[in-house]
Amino acid sequence: MAGIIDIVYAEYNYWIYVTLMMIGFYAMIAKKNLIKKVIGANIFQTAIFLFYISLSDIKGGTEPILLHGETSTHAADIIYTNPVPHVLILTAIVVSVSTTALALALIIRIYEEYGSIEEDVILAARRKLNPEFSEYARQSEVDSQ
Amino acid sequence: MIWILDITLLLFLVICAVAAITIKDLLSAVVILSAYSLIMAIVWVEMRAVDVAFTEAAVGAGITTVLFIAALARTEGRSED
Repeated sequence: MAGIIDIVYAEYNYWIYVTLMMIGFYAMIAKKNLIKKVIGANIFQTAIFLFYISLSDIKGGTEPILLHGETSTHAADIIYTNPVPHVLILTAIVVSVSTTALALALIIRIYEEYGSIEEDVILAARRKLNPEFSEYARQSEVDSQ
Repeated sequence: MIWILDITLLLFLVICAVAAITIKDLLSAVVILSAYSLIMAIVWVEMRAVDVAFTEAAVGAGITTVLFIAALARTEGRSED
């Protein structure tokens, strides 16, 4: 029992990261609005960033910036946090902005075509336009039941 | 890491995330997402990842919000759910 409490209490960062990830995942799946889906994707991504940065932190460490110069006699005594996950996440943040921009551009194009950003309205409009799509959708509904 | 500040900030993060996906007005949702990004940047300064915090504050809270608002200006501002 004490072990479980230790895990919940000492690693709260990981619990919050899982919670945020599931909030983003829920928004991506359950929300009908396309902008809401993109917001969910953003939350999902930042949750993963939080996990990586939590991994790199060291108790009693300092920022990974060189202190006193390389040749100082104190250089070996300083503990730095691990900078490798930081660099990975720096790249991932830029990639996340690019994916968000692409998704929003697609949403604007969809809005020009269908006049709505609600998923069910778009699907209904597509069924009306294209009978084959309607047939396919009905078939997949039958399959899922 | 000051654990009480850390837990407060992480709770704010969860509250902001839930608010951003439940609110019906999309402009408000985007502004709450921007606040979420800023809180995340503070969490990272606290975890001694200063370079990542810089980037998140500039890119996550700045450029992403501008992109979202530009997209909202060309589409609808209301959500059904």
